[in-house]
Amino acid sequence: MNRLQTTPVTPIRYSIAGDEHLFAEVSESMSLEAFFRAMAITRAVEKLALPGVLDVCLANASFQIRFNPDLIHPLALLEQLEALESSTTAERRIDTRIIEVPVLYDDPWTNETQSRFRDRHQDPSSTDLQYAARINGYDETQAFIAAHSGTPWFVSMVGFVAGLPFMYQMVEQDRQLQVPKYLRPRTDTPKLTLGHGGCFGCIYSVRGAGGYQMFGVTPAPIYDPQQGLPYLRESMVFFRAGDIVQFKPIDRTAYDAAIVEVEAGRFDLRIRAVRFDLDAFQADPQACIHALKEALHDD
Amino acid sequence: MTIKVKQPGLATSVQDGGREGYYHLGIPPSGALDQYALRSANLLVGNHASTSALECSLLGPQLEFRSDALVAVTGARMQPRVDGSERPLDTAFMVRSGQVLSFDYPKAGARSYLAIAGGIDVPVVLESRSTYALGALGGWQGRKLAKDDELPLGRASPKAIEGRTLPLSLVPVYDREATLRVVPGLYIHRLTDEAVERFFDDTWTVGSEADRIGYRFKGGQAMQFRPREQPFGAGSDPSNIVDACYPIGSIQIPGGLEPIVLLRDAVSGGGYATIGTVISADLDLIGQLQPNHKAQFVRVTLEQALEARRQYQQRIQRLASFLDN
Repeated sequence: MNRLQTTPVTPIRYSIAGDEHLFAEVSESMSLEAFFRAMAITRAVEKLALPGVLDVCLANASFQIRFNPDLIHPLALLEQLEALESSTTAERRIDTRIIEVPVLYDDPWTNETQSRFRDRHQDPSSTDLQYAARINGYDETQAFIAAHSGTPWFVSMVGFVAGLPFMYQMVEQDRQLQVPKYLRPRTDTPKLTLGHGGCFGCIYSVRGAGGYQMFGVTPAPIYDPQQGLPYLRESMVFFRAGDIVQFKPIDRTAYDAAIVEVEAGRFDLRIRAVRFDLDAFQADPQACIHALKEALHDD
Repeated sequence: MTIKVKQPGLATSVQDGGREGYYHLGIPPSGALDQYALRSANLLVGNHASTSALECSLLGPQLEFRSDALVAVTGARMQPRVDGSERPLDTAFMVRSGQVLSFDYPKAGARSYLAIAGGIDVPVVLESRSTYALGALGGWQGRKLAKDDELPLGRASPKAIEGRTLPLSLVPVYDREATLRVVPGLYIHRLTDEAVERFFDDTWTVGSEADRIGYRFKGGQAMQFRPREQPFGAGSDPSNIVDACYPIGSIQIPGGLEPIVLLRDAVSGGGYATIGTVISADLDLIGQLQPNHKAQFVRVTLEQALEARRQYQQRIQRLASFLDN
C-alpha cells in the first residue's frame, strides 16, 4: 500500500549537464528517504519510455538521465521531470533480497596498495582502517570492524565501474561511520576491495582507480562478463539498488578456501528474499534489523 | 581473414560507435574517443560509419596481415607504413597478405583510427564491439591488444574501393592547445566566484593520468569552495559530495586541485564535486591531446552547446555525403 510521505520534502535541484545529460539532486545529504524518492521518480521516468532517453541512472540521493538531444530537447525533458516530481509518490515497501558477503578485513593486498598511495591520504602515518577507526571514535580497529559488520547495509546506487554497489549502513544517523575520500584518487585499487567514503561502503567490482578508504577484500566476485558462478547466471552485474547486504568477517584460511571454490566455479552466496518497509525501519531500526538477520539465517 | 599483432603499441583497442543503455549499471558507452575520425576511416573503406576499428594511442601497433585487405588511417598524424614504406593518411590503401602495417610517432594528435574493410569481427557484447577494458568487456577478450593476438576480420562491402581520399577541408587540424566548451552547472555553486573565474581563465596542462576513462589537468590555481557544513554522508573535504552520477564530459575537482574530465570509458559516478560538462561536440578533441598539451575551458550556454552539436552533425553529414556513395 502506498501512502503520502509525511516528512517535508525539498524541491529537486536540476542541472543540465552539457547537451546529453540532465542531473537531479533530490537531497544534498544522504537518507533512505531521499533514496526512495529518487527511486520512485526514476522508475516513473522509465515507465514513460520517452524517445531519446538513453539511460536512467539512479544514485544515492540523486539521479541522472542520459539522452539524445536530437530526439528530445533538454528543456522538454526537464519539464517532464518537474511534472513527475509533483505527481510521483515514493513506494515505501520493497520486495528485495538480503545477501551475506564474506570479508577479510585488514588484508595484505589493500594494505600494500595503501602504502603506494600514502601521499594522497589525509594521514600518511596510519592505515586506512586505523585512520577510519580513530576519526570515528574507536580505540581499536577491531571495534571499528565490529561496528562495520554488525548491521546490514542498503544498496543505494550501482555504478562508478561496472556493477559496483554503493551501500548505506542501516543504523541511526549518529551511529553511521563517516570518512573523507582520499585527497586525490588512487590510480589503483585491488579487485573486490571493501571501500568507504563519506557514509558509504562499497565493493570495488574490478581493479582500477578509486577514492574510498580501503578496509578489506571479499572473495566473492560481483561482476563477471563470463557469468561463471551460479549467482551471476542471471546478470553479469550481481547487485541491484534496493539489495541489502550483511558483511561476515572471515579469516585468511576461510578466504583462501573461498577463493578455491570461486576458481572451481562452485562458490555461492547466501541470499534470501525479504520485504523492506521504510516506515517500519524508521519506527524501530533494531527490530527491523533483527528480522532481516533472521530471514538471512532462516533455513 | 585475420591480422596478427606483432607489436601491440601503447594502447590499441577495438572500438566502434559505442554502447548505450548500461550506464546505470556502471557500464559506460565506450567507443572511439574521436568519433569523427572513426567515421571517416570507416567510410573511406566502404564500412558503415560506426563499424569496429582499431584505436591506436601515441605509439601505434605493428600488424601482420594474413589476407589482402583495404585499410584507412585517420585521426592523429601517425604516418602509416607497409613493410616500411610510407602510405598516405586519410586514404584507402591495400595491404597484401604477409605485409606488415606499422605507424610512426604522432606528429599531431594522440589517437589514430585504423579501419579495415569489413571491420574487426569480435563478438558483439551488449550491442557493441567496443572494448571496455576496466570491466574486461567487449572488444578482443575485453582488453587492449597484446602481442600475438590474431584478430578476425569481417567481410568487405562492394563499396570498398582503393584510393578514396579525404579532401583537406574534411581533415580536422589537431592542435597542441584545445579550446573546450563547457556548460557550467552540477556543483559549481559550491565554488567561490573567484575560483570559478580562475578555472576559466587558467590555461591547463594535460597530466600523465590521461586515458580513455578521463583526462587529468594540471597547472591551474587551486580552487576554493564556499564555506559550509558538509551535508551528511558526503565526507569532510569541501570537494566531497554525497556520491552522485557523473555525466560523460563532466569535470570533477578532487580537493579543488586538478580537474578531471571524464571520457567515454568514464566512471559513472562518485563522490567529488563536478562543476560543469564539456559539450558533446568537443569531446573528440580531448582524446587527441597528449600529456603536456594545453587546454582552455570556455563557458557556453545550453543553446550554444546545441548549436555546436548541429554544426558537428553538419560536418559528419558532409563527410558522409562525400564518401558514402
